[in-house]
Amino acid sequence: MTDVRQRLAVSMLVFGSLAFLAVIGAPLLGTTPIRLARVFDRTIPFADNVDAQIFFIARLPRALAGALVGATLAAAGVVFQALLRNPLATPFTLGVSAGAALGAMLAITMRLHLSLWGVSAVTAASFAGSLCAVGIVYAMARARHRGFSTNILLLAGVTLNSFFSALILFVQYLADSAEALRTMRWLMGDLDIAGYGPLLAALPLCVVAFVAFAWLPRALNLLSLDTDAAASRGVDVLRVQRVAFFSASMATGAAVSLGGPIGFIGIIIPHLVRLMVGADHRIVLPASALVGAAFLVAADVVARTAMAPVELPVGIITALIGGPFFLWLLVRQR
Amino acid sequence: MKLGAEGWGLGARGWALGARDSGLGIRLTAAVLALVLLVSAPNARRAVVAFGLPPSPAASADRRSLAGGGQPPGGRTVESGHVPQRIVALVPSATEMLFAMGAGRRVVAVSSYDHYPPEVERLPRIGALVDPDVERILSLRPDLVIAYASQTDFLAQLERARIPFYLYRHGSLADITAGMRDLGARLGLAEQARAAAAEIDRGLMDIRTRLAGRKRPRTMLVIGREPQSLRAINVSGGYGFLHDLLDLAGGENIFADVKRESMMVATETILARAPEVIIELHYSDRASPDAAAREREAWKLLPGVPAVKNGRVYLLYGGELVVPGPRVVLTAQAFARALHPDVLPH
Repeated sequence: MTDVRQRLAVSMLVFGSLAFLAVIGAPLLGTTPIRLARVFDRTIPFADNVDAQIFFIARLPRALAGALVGATLAAAGVVFQALLRNPLATPFTLGVSAGAALGAMLAITMRLHLSLWGVSAVTAASFAGSLCAVGIVYAMARARHRGFSTNILLLAGVTLNSFFSALILFVQYLADSAEALRTMRWLMGDLDIAGYGPLLAALPLCVVAFVAFAWLPRALNLLSLDTDAAASRGVDVLRVQRVAFFSASMATGAAVSLGGPIGFIGIIIPHLVRLMVGADHRIVLPASALVGAAFLVAADVVARTAMAPVELPVGIITALIGGPFFLWLLVRQR
Repeated sequence: MKLGAEGWGLGARGWALGARDSGLGIRLTAAVLALVLLVSAPNARRAVVAFGLPPSPAASADRRSLAGGGQPPGGRTVESGHVPQRIVALVPSATEMLFAMGAGRRVVAVSSYDHYPPEVERLPRIGALVDPDVERILSLRPDLVIAYASQTDFLAQLERARIPFYLYRHGSLADITAGMRDLGARLGLAEQARAAAAEIDRGLMDIRTRLAGRKRPRTMLVIGREPQSLRAINVSGGYGFLHDLLDLAGGENIFADVKRESMMVATETILARAPEVIIELHYSDRASPDAAAREREAWKLLPGVPAVKNGRVYLLYGGELVVPGPRVVLTAQAFARALHPDVLPH
């Protein structure tokens, strides 16, 4: 027990500093040189202080959004992999992101031009789409099974994923060229949220999900081995499955509606962390969240600087950097 | 008003789920990127005439750019003296050119994106870049089809049906009048086409001379973004007819150094490059003052940008804004009015 606590403390310290450094460092990096002294100089009115505007309007919200989305997707990935007892599961396996994408596509092509508290119709519609997908998949998993069949959950999710993907293509095909391009861009992920409104909208949902995640690790440890064994050890399997499913799905929906379906983090970060700290969910779950946050913030710095002034979609960067890095780590470990 | 499929890639049909033409559309046009990917022979920028029956469209791409007559490899003799009388135009700017040079009565069908001149509204629509309706086109028995060079499968079908085609390629502002004269020569209307092209050149030259020697405000030309937010901002780079028009209308494109037709930029870049004027293109014909005000309001998120601070964010509405055809003079005038309101009052 003390051993776990110790390892937890060490990994929190290491990965926590990593995430902290990323969030603090990212707003300092960019193609436009800014002077920190000027950024925090209160004597210059904000409207005239371009350095402060670049720091507070352009870079800081991006870094925070990257941290939130990265942490959420990585943690949700851990939960889904344990819940479905499948190492290939991702936050997007059960159709949550496809539902979110469909919602966003519809909002774009139907030209819903509303916005509320800085949250655009596209963001709201994508969250609604993800909830729809969650509802359908859950209803399927309950329908034929007293309880909660993870096999049916997986099959229903995968099927819903391809069904929604077909609908997305259909909507895109019917859309105008301009809208088709916007939808394509949305699917590549984007953290340039220009302000804090969208961030504040996603934050409460993610916080609730993380509170649920904090309750899960011990049960996930047992569950990821065998549900019967978990039940015999006093785990309320159904309840744990339900909490895991809903919290991870909701968190994924919030993250995707904030930054788009940024791939790769939800599957690679958990495995990366397991390679480093072992399989205990009490450590893997929080460590993945921290590493996911650091990784996405760093990837976004690359996205906005690599080809500047042209902005690169961050979803491309995550896979482009993460893929080879993970393969290298995998080969080196063997 | 639909966004013209003029080289904007992915020209899918415009009947977007019953929401068409509703509301204030910021109709984004990053699509140029897609076009660049689609165009098969990017080095040949001028429109070229081609017909005949070569073995495959890909193999004949180079020959085709030189074509215009002679003996194609398929062995069929080209009727070089034939003047087309039944034209199917899949390219909105070409349709406008045909009408401008007085060949409007020869047009038998247009693309799904054509809305100008008003006469086209009664003509059959036969698809666009990605979805030309081959059966209907064949049934109309055209003797010339104006198509995009990237439509290779479609062009192969036309070749098999022995229907001559004229390839349209999208390029700079100068290519518009050059393409118009070229098309006129193909239709036996060289004189009329020259006259119409000269009128466009005169209109553009007039704007250029009136603004000569004036200070050129640093301008950002936004061709799309997410409505009512500053996400996914797509701007004109330093290439293409929109950039050329901005330059002609006395504006200095802040992204002139990036030789691309369109590009996504981050809010940071906009803050750093500090445009004095922001011109934003909306491809719907009009918007309610309310909706326009709400869209302008979105820029308040970047209060430090000089254009925002000084109230110099201009939202332009009009289907002609994206069509590199005879109406570019209108676009140039609209740009000039925004950039130099003292010279060309509203």
